[in-house]
Amino acid sequence: MRSVARIVSWIYALAVYGFIFLPVVVLVLFSLQSTSFPIPPFTGPSLRWYEAVLSDSRLTSALVNSLLVALISSAAAVTLGFLSAWGFARFVLPGSGLLRGLITLPLTVSYLIIGMGLLVLFNWAGVPKSLLAAGIGHVVINLPLCFAIIYSQMGDHQINIERAARDLGAPEWKVLLLITVPVMAPAIFAGFFLSMTFSWDEFVISFLLTRFETTLPVEIWNLLRSGLNPKTNAVGSLVFAVSIVLVVFFELTLLRRKPA
Amino acid sequence: MNAPLVDIRDVSHRFGQHRVLRNVSLTIEAGSYTILLGPSGSGKTTLLSILGGFVNPSEGKVLIRGQDCTSVPPAKRPTTTVFQDYALFPHMSVGGNVGFGLRMQGVDGTTRAAKARDALALVGLAAAFDKKPHQLSGGQRQRVALARALVIEPAVLLLDEPLGALDLKLRRQMQDELKAIQKRVGTAFIHVTHDQEEAMALADHCVVMNDGRIEDEGPPERVYARPATRFSATFMGESTILAGTVLETGDRTCTIATPVGPVSLPSALPRGSAAALAIRPEHLVLGAASAGTKLGKADVSDVVFQGSFKRVLATSVEEPSLRFIAKLPATAVVQAGDRVAISCDTDQIILLTD
Repeated sequence: MRSVARIVSWIYALAVYGFIFLPVVVLVLFSLQSTSFPIPPFTGPSLRWYEAVLSDSRLTSALVNSLLVALISSAAAVTLGFLSAWGFARFVLPGSGLLRGLITLPLTVSYLIIGMGLLVLFNWAGVPKSLLAAGIGHVVINLPLCFAIIYSQMGDHQINIERAARDLGAPEWKVLLLITVPVMAPAIFAGFFLSMTFSWDEFVISFLLTRFETTLPVEIWNLLRSGLNPKTNAVGSLVFAVSIVLVVFFELTLLRRKPA
Repeated sequence: MNAPLVDIRDVSHRFGQHRVLRNVSLTIEAGSYTILLGPSGSGKTTLLSILGGFVNPSEGKVLIRGQDCTSVPPAKRPTTTVFQDYALFPHMSVGGNVGFGLRMQGVDGTTRAAKARDALALVGLAAAFDKKPHQLSGGQRQRVALARALVIEPAVLLLDEPLGALDLKLRRQMQDELKAIQKRVGTAFIHVTHDQEEAMALADHCVVMNDGRIEDEGPPERVYARPATRFSATFMGESTILAGTVLETGDRTCTIATPVGPVSLPSALPRGSAAALAIRPEHLVLGAASAGTKLGKADVSDVVFQGSFKRVLATSVEEPSLRFIAKLPATAVVQAGDRVAISCDTDQIILLTD
């Protein structure tokens, strides 16, 4: 009886993990196909489609665009998120609870709504569709995330550390730069890497807000319109690999606590 | 011209509706070790925060070296604070921590390192320069915090319950070191504590606070032997308190009626006024005594042997709500259930008028 239950639970676990990871496994596997169609039987392994991706200037420039947008928008989101978290944690503000709720609200709004809202706003303000517009969109979705992560890690025990720095003669900007930022570094890096991950494979906002120059997910979508092709698998695998690296960085920085 | 180092003038403070300090005035002399002693909620920590510049008082002034510092921010006043939780910078080495104040003054790296090493040597931690705070024990972190605050040579060093987080043995040891360091550097220390033993051991000047007011201040020997108020008689050491009223007044003496009989004292209180008598445990005598003031009989309820002495609790036969606290030699023969006569040396009775 017990062994049956054990076998069933193993099958269940395999089914769950298979359900989650099989699509990715298939994607990566057929990116190594040596023939022209990403369907069984597997004819690889071969790196010809990766070569094709890297020699396609549209894809490589989209990749560079994506990296730039992810880096710059995440840096902006984490800076703004840090400053607002510091403000909320250190000063008594009128309606603090309500304002904190408002700042985290975009987390619950769909990217489609945010993208459409920005599209309307940029149209009205005369901001053309561009990577800059998409980058601003990514700041809008990632700032609440950075705020929430950093705010949750900003405890009261740091108040005395900041006070000590002021007491020893540090002006406010030095307190922030030399004390608060280094002490909060794990949360700041965690926010940064998570923002990078989200910006890196974000599609809807980039699709709505870019035109000629665009990001990698939008470029992949363009590619997919002409049908399945091991090249799309190869570029998808690249996107996935970068995401994995970013998530690993995120986990390492947030979850690895220093001994107090 | 001989202005005190710190002059606190009529300081009051409120947190919302709650008054935490009421018209506190205090002067502190250069080179002294001052203890602010009181229970939690007595306002002692608020007073220290006001001195450090972390709190602006609702009313009153703080002068340091004759200059009005009432609303000068902490960075700009000649005080430094040793925080209760040490507040070391966790991402910097011990040397970086100690040198931080000098770095903020723009002192160059070499001088900074040399001065930081000197300060660490002063607190006995010369070897810890390159360590990180989390590699040190609680007592060592405490010393680093002390070195960090002393290295910029403040006019006044403020210590907020600096020994509160240490275990008893380490606390007594650090206590001796604090006193030695203070004597060596000659900086005025102001130290907040609720531990009366710590206060007696360290203070040149002891300030007893309660409910936002200064109850008593002076050398600890005086505060212990002749406390000014009932509160300081019970907070700074233990006392047996006898409540009474003045029965008659004579030529520079008066007789006070107490539940255990009349007591005559050299004092000039008006007739009919309320008074309280405090007697320290070591001044009570158990058993028949020929001289001194007789205080009736009492039933011994508890005898606790404490090594060098015995602590005895006894309930008065004449007044069952009155409990005598006595400290007897370890060799005294007394046990719970004994009925004994109680007396004390008249000179040692403390008259309280509040």
